[in-house]
Amino acid sequence: MDNAIEAEGLVRAFGATRAVDGVDLRVPSGQVLGLLGPNGAGKTTVVRMLATLLAPTAGTAHVGGFDMVREAARVREIIGLTGQYASVDEKLTGRENLILIGRLLGLKRREARARADELLGDFDLREAANRPAQTYSGGMRRRLDLAASLVGRPRILFLDEPSTGLDPRARRDLWERVRQLQAGGTTVLLTTQYLEEADALADTIVVLDHGRVIAKGTAAELKARVGGRTLFLVVAHTEQAAAAGDRVAGIVGTQPRVDGETISVPVSNPSLLPAVLRDLDAAGIEVAELGLRGASLDDVFLSLTGRSGASREEPGAGEDAA
Amino acid sequence: MKAIDQTLALAWRSLVQVRRNPWELGDYSIQPILFLVLFLFVFGGAIAGSPENYLAFVLPGVIVMNMLFVTVYVGHGLNTDLTRGVFDRFRALPIPRWAPLAGRILADVVKQLLCIALLLVVGYLLGFRLETSWAHLLAMVALVLAFAVAFSWVMVLVGVIARDPEHVQLFGFTALFPITFVSSAFVPVDTMPTWLQGFVQANPVSLLADAARGLMNADGPALEPALGSLAWALGIALVFAPLSVYMLNRRLARG
Repeated sequence: MDNAIEAEGLVRAFGATRAVDGVDLRVPSGQVLGLLGPNGAGKTTVVRMLATLLAPTAGTAHVGGFDMVREAARVREIIGLTGQYASVDEKLTGRENLILIGRLLGLKRREARARADELLGDFDLREAANRPAQTYSGGMRRRLDLAASLVGRPRILFLDEPSTGLDPRARRDLWERVRQLQAGGTTVLLTTQYLEEADALADTIVVLDHGRVIAKGTAAELKARVGGRTLFLVVAHTEQAAAAGDRVAGIVGTQPRVDGETISVPVSNPSLLPAVLRDLDAAGIEVAELGLRGASLDDVFLSLTGRSGASREEPGAGEDAA
Repeated sequence: MKAIDQTLALAWRSLVQVRRNPWELGDYSIQPILFLVLFLFVFGGAIAGSPENYLAFVLPGVIVMNMLFVTVYVGHGLNTDLTRGVFDRFRALPIPRWAPLAGRILADVVKQLLCIALLLVVGYLLGFRLETSWAHLLAMVALVLAFAVAFSWVMVLVGVIARDPEHVQLFGFTALFPITFVSSAFVPVDTMPTWLQGFVQANPVSLLADAARGLMNADGPALEPALGSLAWALGIALVFAPLSVYMLNRRLARG
């Protein structure tokens, strides 16, 4: 089997809102697909459909070769799911949580205990094993959540915004674990709002906006489209920002985003920097700061849609909050 | 059977949870005892002349009241699972769709059984003596449990509709207080104003309390109120089980 996940024309409407509006996806076995997009783009809805939690309004998908609607029970046997909010039972201990999942997956009592202990060791939770999950830190909880989704050794793993709410160290730790899973042959579909995360983990990135795929490719390909870098500029006087934006647009060829006294625009050619400085100087615009930084999700969105990504309003009512 | 194993595992989980929830634990232990002792010693003299005379009357009433209050946790627990994402985790596992609800209701039956046993023991210590037979007592327990299972579906509905677990308790108890107290659970119906008596006599809580009383004490009818409360239980289940499942599916389809 070539593709672990294959989706065609997936649509999900909530009332009049089309949270997912015709999404095609292909994830080759053993690869990591990053589903990238801002809040409300439809990422969670896609994952919930593929994980058999939500019926599609239209379209089909096969997960591990099984039809996600007609063979939902088979799909559930081979997938693991870690939601945006750590879905562990807070009143149970870490160990009890894992034993419960093992029992539900049909393991005998002794097997379920053994598997729980194995995972507690793998995820550095042995010391906290007999404490209720409500006493865990955010990072520990996420590790337990991930461990819970791995009890059945799933071939396909869905991670919905796995690093939300994690501090940088816990995030690195999580990334390392996702890489280990991939090395072990697990297919992973992860959603994220951070280009950095998709870049660090995904073989392929699909960018979602308003329920539609607006770009797909490797991180390098996407960055090449974005220009790879962002020029940012801070003017000394806010009233000069608009004029500075226009001058930058004239040089770079793209209308930049102006936010207070900060102006930012994706650039493909870093050598434009001195030209920008000279031009603004000639126009009498005082520059407080000027530089280049790596492309962010915002830059990807600005470049792909001409709009800012992160600052948009969410369309679907509570769509990504489920 | 795999499905039975899975349901048992889910029931085990609901019971283990109680250990870490002092409030819930108190509601299954301290609260029923407190109600029994308070009712007995505070109201006993006024209602029956003395606490001793009131015990045989009030003990079945407290058993019924406590059963109703305990069902609130069915809705509370379900709502917690729904709002925290635990329900989604279960749904993504290869288990029957009905297993999480069945596990919860099964756990509720165990909790109910423990509460009834506790109340009977405390009642015995306070001087209650069974006037009928063990078979009658078992019939009383079975009747109360059957009603509990049926009534759990009302709380499942509350658990599905409520925004968060706190609202489940708010809705649950707000609805339970009037139907529990405007009944024959604690006082004889003929002491109430006539306009209220019709409602009290039709109230399933009255029927159930009368049936429990009849099955534990030699005086008073048992069969007629027992059949009446069973009919109510059946009716409640027939209305609320499909309605709850329908509303649950609607909530889940919201995304």
